[in-house]
Amino acid sequence: MTVRAAHVLVHLVFVLAMPPLLVGVIARTKALLAGRRGPPLLQPYHDLAKLLRKGMVRSRTTTWVFVAGPAVGLVTTLLAALLVPLGGHRAPISFEGDFVLFAYALGLGRFFTIAAALDTGSAFEGMGAAREATFSALAEPSLFFGLLVLGRASGSASLSGMLGPAVGAAWGTAGAALASVVVSWFVVLLAENSRIPFDDPATHLELTMIHEVLVLDHSGPLLGLVHYGAAMKLFVFGALVLAVAAPLGGLDPWLAWALFAAASLGLAAAVGVVEGVMARLRLPKVPSLLVAACVLAAFGPLFLVR
Amino acid sequence: MTEALLALPNGAAVSQNAVPELTLDALREAIETASARGRRVSALFGAPRGERLALYVVLADDAAGLLECGSATLDGDEFPSMTPSCPEVQLFEREVAEQWGVVPRGHPWFKPVRFHRSYRAPRDAWGRAPEDPLTVGVMDFFRVDGEEVHEVAVGPVHAGVIEPGHFRFQCHGEHVMHLEVSLGYQHRGVERSLLGGPGKRTIHYMETLAGDTTVGHATAYCQLREALGASGASARACALRGVALELERLANHTGDLGALAGDVGFLPTASYCGRLRGDFLNMTAVLCGSRFGRGLLRPGGVAFDLEPERAAELRKRLDRAARDVTEAVKLLWDAPSVMARLEDTGRLDAATAAALGLVGPASRACGLRRDVRKTHPAGIYRLVHLPISTADSGDVFARAYVRWLEIERSIEYLRAQLGELPRGPTARECPAPRGGHLAVALVEGWRGELCHVALTDEAGRFSTYKVVDPSFHNWPGLALAMRGQQLSDFPLCNKSFNLSYCGQDL
Repeated sequence: MTVRAAHVLVHLVFVLAMPPLLVGVIARTKALLAGRRGPPLLQPYHDLAKLLRKGMVRSRTTTWVFVAGPAVGLVTTLLAALLVPLGGHRAPISFEGDFVLFAYALGLGRFFTIAAALDTGSAFEGMGAAREATFSALAEPSLFFGLLVLGRASGSASLSGMLGPAVGAAWGTAGAALASVVVSWFVVLLAENSRIPFDDPATHLELTMIHEVLVLDHSGPLLGLVHYGAAMKLFVFGALVLAVAAPLGGLDPWLAWALFAAASLGLAAAVGVVEGVMARLRLPKVPSLLVAACVLAAFGPLFLVR
Repeated sequence: MTEALLALPNGAAVSQNAVPELTLDALREAIETASARGRRVSALFGAPRGERLALYVVLADDAAGLLECGSATLDGDEFPSMTPSCPEVQLFEREVAEQWGVVPRGHPWFKPVRFHRSYRAPRDAWGRAPEDPLTVGVMDFFRVDGEEVHEVAVGPVHAGVIEPGHFRFQCHGEHVMHLEVSLGYQHRGVERSLLGGPGKRTIHYMETLAGDTTVGHATAYCQLREALGASGASARACALRGVALELERLANHTGDLGALAGDVGFLPTASYCGRLRGDFLNMTAVLCGSRFGRGLLRPGGVAFDLEPERAAELRKRLDRAARDVTEAVKLLWDAPSVMARLEDTGRLDAATAAALGLVGPASRACGLRRDVRKTHPAGIYRLVHLPISTADSGDVFARAYVRWLEIERSIEYLRAQLGELPRGPTARECPAPRGGHLAVALVEGWRGELCHVALTDEAGRFSTYKVVDPSFHNWPGLALAMRGQQLSDFPLCNKSFNLSYCGQDL
């Protein structure tokens, strides 16, 4: 029981402490590929500390929804992070059907982020809200098709079962299905976390933004919550992809934690490489890529039933 | 009709008595038939003639390499608009109306340009009283109405550190039906400040008409002064001006390609070109001590000579920068994800571009052969000919590709020039302007044709000084290129034109 408690504690430490580091790794990788030195790896932590210390400006037209957006966004992402098994260990919260809670916790967070954007009444934010809603609706089916494959391969209906030790065994029997899930989920990771080729988190051009434009009016601590929540979401989606791509179940539990940390950093570097070598998609082409990812994931169950 | 106008070469001065005074109808016919006769409008402006107002026009005949001038006196406070049959004068007519309080009757898009009081207040083309407030950007914007139509307003304060300008989009979802550009925030009244000159300040005004076109505008002014003074610059001075002008083109074109890459999120080219732009600016600093070429050009010649040692240093830096810029830009053309963004975005066909009177790389990207260096050569370009770089698709890619072709050709040109600069003095005395003259100077700046026209009074002082920056011709091109485009492609499209706000607002 104490060992289990220790693993839960490690899980919490990873969820709370690691996300900004991933953002730092992406920024550093991008900078290196562009021939620059780039910001220090720990810069995102300093940025968060700075934002949390700052004052806040709020538009007079906004209501409590504006404040609830970032808060609910962070809390729901945290809940999702507690449902996902990390490094092959059972998640702190786990029950039959918890994947539905996982998907809709993220959905609730998105709903509040969009509602907070609409609350400002700005034309830009309305535009961003429409884009965010459209694209995330297209990304969601990929997630469920992937979970369908994993549920069938593992015979479990909880995330800890689906993404646990059973995955390692499933690569032998259903490799093609799992490979399509990995590719599809990596695309979803890029889309959900507003990375290139879907969105450019570094741009200052309001008209091209998707996710960034939703939070244009948030400042200070609220913006800090938004950034922290976004980093955590990246971490959660990374953990999903890694659980399938690099299953660590069955290894020495402490070695698994170390490998998980290394794999997360490696995945962040991969995201940085994608950003470094390609341009953004034209906005009307974004749905095509998301639908392609969805179709790929939908092939997973076909591979299984044959 | 053509015979009625006076033909003169670029960089010429004539007595104002020699400039034909036409009837208004004859002048209108000359302008309205300009494009049919293969002419385009380089300048159209008003100048007081006694109590009344005279309209002056400068048409460019690219085939013959000549400029055509003419004027007509207005009888009252209005004249029939020529815009319906010659769309390229629409902004010129609005400018004349705003400056002199006359009304172009039947103008289809009659709105203020820079939001200032008329030079002949309280006369006002829109009938606004002197006590009515005049706020930049406050006017009737074109509106599309409908249940699902929405309006997006951007600026005048932008997210990047750029100049102020207001853009109003009429959208259906992500689809742009119409873009209206409203400028005037940078209006400083430069043209009025030049009156009574030339003086000590004049050259500094010229160098800051549009900061990124310092050498271009200063070259146009110097050519105009030398024409008015019936002198010229030495061959060595002309060659050095050419070196500075091409370095300015290199710096800006390289910066633009980098910025285009940055706008589509393609980092390698964005970072390298950002650095290389600085390298080209530093080469200008080697030439004259200022990265933007300030203080280099003076009427009569140039203020700094280029000794063989520094010429060799420039050549060495040029070789290094040429190698790097080739690699950086090659990455751009080789990335399919970048090409997918540039191609077919913001397309403008040649007919529209010609009707709007576009100039510079934006016009050459549509296949128009408009390059003052080739068609109206002055200075060093009379001796050394640069081919016109064109593309034909008229989209963002074409505007980027024309820039790349010009980068290659400017580098080639500089290599040749720096190896064999003509000998001789760098500057000679520039006599005071002759009285009662009119002079025109055209220069191909990196953004396109710069047109300066000056009229002098009996004492040889400027009584009218007209500056036409290429941005003045090209802003409507951006508005039309955005029709039917994606709202999210506007920044990319805007960057592909990269127009000047202060050059237009003056």
